[in-house]
Parts: sequence; structure tokens; C-alpha cells
Amino acid sequence: MAVTIPSKLDAATLRSDFPIFEQTFHGRPLAYLDSAASSQKPRQVLDAMTRFYETSYANVHRGVYELAERATAALEGARGKVARFVNAPAEREIVFVRNATEALNLVAYAWGLKNLGPGDTVVVTELEHHANFVPWQFVAGKVGAEFKVLDVDDDGHLDPARLDELVGEANVKVVATGYVSNVLGGAQDVPAIAAWAHARGAIHVCDAAQAAPHKRVDVQALGSDFVAVSGHKMLGPSGIGFLWGKAELLVEMDPFLTGGHMIRSVRADRTTWGELPHKFEAGTAPMAEAVGLGAAIDYLEDVGLENVEAYEHELVAYALEQLREIPGVELYGPPANERAGIVTFNVESVHPHDVAQVLDLDAVAIRAGHHCCQPLMSKLGVVATNRASFYLYTVPDEIDRLAAGVRRVKEQFGV
Amino acid sequence: MSEFDQLYREVILDHYKNPRGHGILADADAVAEGQNPLCGDEVTVSVRFGEDGETIEQIGFEGRGCAISQAATSMLTELVQGRTATQVAELPKEALLDEIGIPLTPVRLKCAILGLGVLKVALHRSKGTALPEEWQGLSDDFGLS
Repeated sequence: MAVTIPSKLDAATLRSDFPIFEQTFHGRPLAYLDSAASSQKPRQVLDAMTRFYETSYANVHRGVYELAERATAALEGARGKVARFVNAPAEREIVFVRNATEALNLVAYAWGLKNLGPGDTVVVTELEHHANFVPWQFVAGKVGAEFKVLDVDDDGHLDPARLDELVGEANVKVVATGYVSNVLGGAQDVPAIAAWAHARGAIHVCDAAQAAPHKRVDVQALGSDFVAVSGHKMLGPSGIGFLWGKAELLVEMDPFLTGGHMIRSVRADRTTWGELPHKFEAGTAPMAEAVGLGAAIDYLEDVGLENVEAYEHELVAYALEQLREIPGVELYGPPANERAGIVTFNVESVHPHDVAQVLDLDAVAIRAGHHCCQPLMSKLGVVATNRASFYLYTVPDEIDRLAAGVRRVKEQFGV
Repeated sequence: MSEFDQLYREVILDHYKNPRGHGILADADAVAEGQNPLCGDEVTVSVRFGEDGETIEQIGFEGRGCAISQAATSMLTELVQGRTATQVAELPKEALLDEIGIPLTPVRLKCAILGLGVLKVALHRSKGTALPEEWQGLSDDFGLS
């Protein structure tokens, strides 16, 4: 079925920037509908990393020779791009980490171990990715703090007006919530939740891993104290992500990982910490990865995040329309205009693994499982779901192939 | 044969749709529940021993999972009936994989051997037999300590 997507974004043209699509699987071009797990990489990102290795590679910061200075400039240039990308007040508030998971662990350990204790409460929601759930549960358990999981509605919304009622009189110290759900695709009202956290004297920690690829993440507008992002979901390489944190909090925190580069001075009796952000960047940095992330940000800014967001709404609307026509397909999540490019569904009683396996025979790649959201799966009353997710290189034909594949699943499993 | 038929052999779909040994035994001597961490699938296996206290007289399971994991566990119940706890603990996964008889990727392999692993955990708890590698060091509680 043909579809006209009235968008400023030309996915078919952008797609030619992505070398991964030049090959076939099972004799067919790849329909990659798993971008929420990790996005593919444009040539611009790969070239930037190769160019860095070929022309500017040396260890950063302490070298006095020209090549080391060039490498340092590349790393710090990438930090500047990240800071502008999320509207951070200062570049020193951007800490490079491996991914959002590491960023959230950094906050849970380095802030949590110092500031949490018995009588305190850490609040998350049942929508959280395990990355923003398990570190808090673990650290709360270690220090004897209470760990509270808030209900969301069936579309995945946490109602800010009900927060007092949900939390009661607890002495809340941390409120950790995601921005965009990696399962349902909807966005939370982060500014309202952050404001509530502050009114209760708590910090707000925002997991923006699934938001940053799809919509503008403005850390000042969100009002959070910490924001965690992975590079690999937003066209960047694997192995790089960043934490933005308010300088006054980062300054007061203990380090997370210790060792080389993060110190001011080391003596047998005492070590002091380096300045921000280096205090949190022990060891040799993921330099080429940071350069790649910078190139990914350039690419996204060229396309325009507003265009990406609008295009994904169109794709989701189209996918929901296609899947809704198939009897026995159960769809989860909010309306199309409220979500990032994520469609989660089940097909009758057929297990998602089997759905994904059959789709793979047609080179349609989707994710099947719990999506690192087992508390949400429990809420939905399932062990697993199928998830098709889209990005700026997704074309409607891939969604047609998804729908055709789902029909084939039904035939082959006789449901 | 189509790629679908190679993967989902008739015998697998048959075991999936009509699982043997389905249901938890009321008077079980050994029970264990386990999950596949990759997909969250769950299987509970229960066993009753014969008079010698070692031979598996009856085995029943329940679970939520894909066709491969559920069919494999169904096949497992037929495979281990009449064997001793020690024999089953030493049973290599290949014995079950031969029964399943389809090519499995590493991810699907975990689906296929979930039931066997959980059965070995049940036998370990009841009889102290060996645990498979992938279940060693897993505590029964939530592990917050």
C-alpha cells in the first residue's frame, strides 16, 4: 500500500547514508525495525571516527605534542556539541560514559551512597527500563532506604497531579523517571515530575535514552538534576553516552570510578579529585566514540529533530493503522501523536519469539521479549511483547512488510 | 522444505500445541522455577520419584514461553521419565537437542534448554546433584545483599 507522508524528512534519501542497508538477509533487503534497541550508523559517523583514528589519534589531555593536542581538541569538541545539543549551561556538566546505564549507575552510586540512608525513599515508576530501576533498587537496598515503585496508567502515563497520593508522607530523596518509554513510546511530563520532586526536597533523575534520538532534550527546560543519554540509539557508535548533571551536585559528589585522569593529586595518605568533568572520567576516554557521537549530533541537527519527531508520528500512525486491521493483534501504548517511533504488540497467543523468528525469515528485524522492562510486562499481564521501532531511515515499505509478516505468522501458527 | 518448516518441524508444533506432562504435580518431591533472562520466559518443573527415591516416576511442567521452549520442555518430560536423578543431572543438553532436531541460534538454544536447566535445579535442591554451568551461583533470593 502506498502512503504519502507529508514530512520535511526524506527517509529514502537519508537511508542511502547507512551502509548497513546495502546487504540482504534471506535474499531480501533488510527491514530494520529495531532502532529503539540501537540505531544504525550513517557513513558520516563512521567516516568521522575513521578520520580521527587516521589523522588525530593519541591519548588525550596530558600529551604536549601536537597530535595529542589535536586528539584533545576532538574529544572536547565533541563535549561542546553534546552540551549545545542538550542546552547544558556548561560543558563541564557533560560527563562521557559508556551508555545511559552507566550514567544512571554513576548517579545511584556517587550521589546515592553519599546522600541516602534509612528513612529515605527512592521513587521510580513501573515503566522504567531496568537501567533506571535496578541501580536504585540495589543502592537503596545497600543503604537501607525504601524503594517505591509508582503505578502508571495503561498508556504509561504517570499523573503528576497524583504524585502526593501515590507517594504519601515518605521522605523522598530521589525521583528517577524516564522521559520516553522504550516499550510504549509515550513521553512523561518531566518538568512537572521534576518540579514535584524539588518541592519535596528530592532530586530528579531523568533517563532520556529513548528520548534523545527522537525529540529535543533540553536539560534546562526539563528541570531535572541529572539526565542520562546513550549515544548508540541516536546514530552514534556503541560505547559512548553521557550524563548531564547540575554542576553544584556533581561538585559535591564522590567519584564513581577511580584511577587515572580523575585526580588532582595522589599521595600515599590522601588523593584529591580532579575538576569537572574529569573527576568522573577515570581512565582513557572513549575518544573515537565521542568524535562519532559528535558527528551523529551534527547529522541529527542537519535533519532537524523536529522533523524526526514529526516523521515518527506519521510512521507510528501508519503502523497502528496497518496492524489494527489484522484480527487478533493486540496493541499497547498511547495514541500515535504522543509517541516516539515505537509500536508494541502481541499476536494472539503466539509468543513474541516465534513472531520475531518468522518475521526474520522475511528479513524483517523486530525485537521480542521483555525489553528490559519486566515490571511493566507484569503490569500488562504478559511475559513478553513484540516491538517494532522506527527511525529517520525507516520507509513505509518496511511497515508493509511487517504487517504482511504478522499475517503470515497467524497463518503458520493457525491462529 | 520452507525455512519455516525447517525451524518449526511438525513434531515441535505438535508438542507446543499439545504439551506432554503438562501441569504441576500435586505431591511433587522436587520443584523448581526458572526464567530465561533474555526474554523473561518462565518454566516450573515438578518431579515425583519412584519407590527407590531416585527414579523419576512422573514429571509435570507449566510455563509461559515460545514454541521452542515449551515444545522442548514437553519433549524433555518424555526423555527423562524412568531415569534417575543422577542420570538426568549428567544428561548433556545435546541429548535434548537431538530430539528437537532443528538448527538453533545461540538465543534460541537458551529457549530450548530452559526446561532442562530448571529440572536440574529441582533435582539439585532435592538430591544434591550437579547444577548446569548457567545456573551455578544464582541465589534463590533477590540477591540484594
